Amino acid sequence: MPQLLALEGNEAVAQAMRQIDPDVVAAYPITPQTEVVQKFSEFVHNGEVKTEYVPVESEHSALSACIGAAAAGARVMTATCANGLALMWEMVYIAASLRLPVVMSIANRALSGNINIHCDHSDSMGCRDAGWIQLYGEDAQEAYDNLIQAVRIAEASRLPVMNCYDGFFVSHAVEGVQLEDDEAVKRFVGEYTPAYSLLDLDHPITIGPLDLQDFYFEHKRTELEAYGPARQNIIEVGKQFGEAFGRSYGLVEPFMLEDADLALVALGSTAGTAKDIAAQLRRDGRKTGVLKIRAFRPFPGDEIADALSRRKAVAVLDRSATFGAPFGPVYTEVTSALYRAGAHVPVAGYLYGLGGREVRPEHLVKVFDDLDEVASVGAPAETRFLGLRE
Amino acid sequence: MATIKELVKREDRITGGHRLCGGCGAPIIVRHILLATESPVVTTCATGCLEVATTIYPYTAWKVPWIHSAFENAAATISGMVAAYRALKRAGKVSQDIKFLAFGGDGGTYDIGIQALSGALERGHDFLYVCYNNEAYMNTGVQRSGATPLHGATTTSPVGSVIPGKPQNRKNLTEIVAAHDAPYVAQASAGNFRDLNKKAEKAFAIEGPCFINVLSPCPLGWICDSSKTVEICKLAADTCFWPLYEVEHGEYRLTYKPREKKPVEEYLKTQGRFRHILRDESKKLLQELQDEVDRQWERLLKKCGEA
Repeated sequence: MPQLLALEGNEAVAQAMRQIDPDVVAAYPITPQTEVVQKFSEFVHNGEVKTEYVPVESEHSALSACIGAAAAGARVMTATCANGLALMWEMVYIAASLRLPVVMSIANRALSGNINIHCDHSDSMGCRDAGWIQLYGEDAQEAYDNLIQAVRIAEASRLPVMNCYDGFFVSHAVEGVQLEDDEAVKRFVGEYTPAYSLLDLDHPITIGPLDLQDFYFEHKRTELEAYGPARQNIIEVGKQFGEAFGRSYGLVEPFMLEDADLALVALGSTAGTAKDIAAQLRRDGRKTGVLKIRAFRPFPGDEIADALSRRKAVAVLDRSATFGAPFGPVYTEVTSALYRAGAHVPVAGYLYGLGGREVRPEHLVKVFDDLDEVASVGAPAETRFLGLRE
Repeated sequence: MATIKELVKREDRITGGHRLCGGCGAPIIVRHILLATESPVVTTCATGCLEVATTIYPYTAWKVPWIHSAFENAAATISGMVAAYRALKRAGKVSQDIKFLAFGGDGGTYDIGIQALSGALERGHDFLYVCYNNEAYMNTGVQRSGATPLHGATTTSPVGSVIPGKPQNRKNLTEIVAAHDAPYVAQASAGNFRDLNKKAEKAFAIEGPCFINVLSPCPLGWICDSSKTVEICKLAADTCFWPLYEVEHGEYRLTYKPREKKPVEEYLKTQGRFRHILRDESKKLLQELQDEVDRQWERLLKKCGEA
């Protein structure tokens, strides 16, 4: 029976993991992901899952063990964030290039230095080149829903998936979460049939050979080809999830955008706040809308350009900086997509929320106010900051 | 214990045609480890000479399923492999009994790989880890490792006018692993096949994390004759520079005791990496090395009840 429960984001994610009951989980705790691992350990110790749980001694070993397990044909999950993700950085690339469908939840947290355990997107944005599919959830319900879909997406695409959700704001905030029926979730994810396995003794394979100048380039080219099908899988699985559970998902989520003049682009929990503000401003007669990016990888450039090209002004909010570049990663990729589509929309870039700095309704109202000006005088040449003490 | 007659009938599970140097201890070690069990074996290798020289795409020398993921994580990779095996066996998706085997050089085991090894030992996964120890980071050009002996010359501990080779003693990784209470820990060499093979057979049969540290001469890095691999290993044992022993469920046993303990000079003079110690003006360095070998040997004899 589906139940509506008051759950923190981490708890909702752990519940999804319990329902999926993966073959192997190898994980290491790091704030604010810790409750995922702790809750899951309870399930293991109470015999509620059959999972082989490997309490590794570091995040690098966590993903290494996941890779070993996935290569041996198992359905594998883990979770981390921030410096834990940074510590496993080389393995992040390797998991993707070995085409292993590892599913990893990321309770987005700021990368050190300095050390800060709170929310921003510097961790997952920092490895956006590595080849993982990246989904960003707005709230606990999405963190839960995305995890379940991630398993199907990963296995169909033969690519690992990051299930990202805001550290503390989502990981630790209690919300009403619709927990679907155990059997229904199991049916949705289905059985896993690996493309290859080390345990297939009749067909011994060598995984991870030395790949020199004469072959590496072609192999990376084939890796690049994986993302078209991955895109399709995200769409297809999102549709099927809707059919099974009543909540559909796509690559992006437009909100009041069809006739909007002013659009705000955001990922994660801030998109939720933005939707509230846009709706509020609509009641005042302003034509505001929001584009939430759910799948940041593979980057849905066409959908984004399509949603934004007819706006009068666009604001892109980045919750991480690209040091040495004038704007953050989301801004850079959105404007690049608009350029490719030949769309001449002024786009203002904002940096917000680093290290868990709150973004408040009044900040987002200001963004829309700014956009009124941007629509007439053009976009500022530099990043603006929200909630920063100058 | 399988007899030699039985062993020679078994099929080799690593082929020729790989690019390891003539005289390299590593492929000898791999062959004898793989011959020590008739069970199916699934393997992982850390980055290093063995991995690189046996799997240059599109070729592979391995007839067993094999994965290389990275340098410091053979023990973590195999932990995941074993976990998957247990899960899938329990789910009825895998029926055979499979042995899990990890190879790492001293680089990937003593130094960058020690964390992963320690974690895997503490968690108690059922696998055999074999360190092919050529006492330096050979694959990248003979840089010093934690296994490089005192005063050994390497490219990052060269014989200079001020510092003659490596100023630090080597780690005793075999003892570090034994201190983890691993059920079977051993030291062997590429030159004593029977001893190595017996140890591997024992290790494969013992449940839990087993470890064999195997001396593996490197003609290039050690600057020695590539036809003298076996002889050099025998001298390592006879001078007690590399004792052959095992620790089975905490019980120490010497598996080879030299009838006559030879001075360490006999071993050092076979290799150019120690040439500087054998000069007349370096008597002090030679003595330091002899004292260190003696100290470790006495300690080991006591543990083995042979003092």
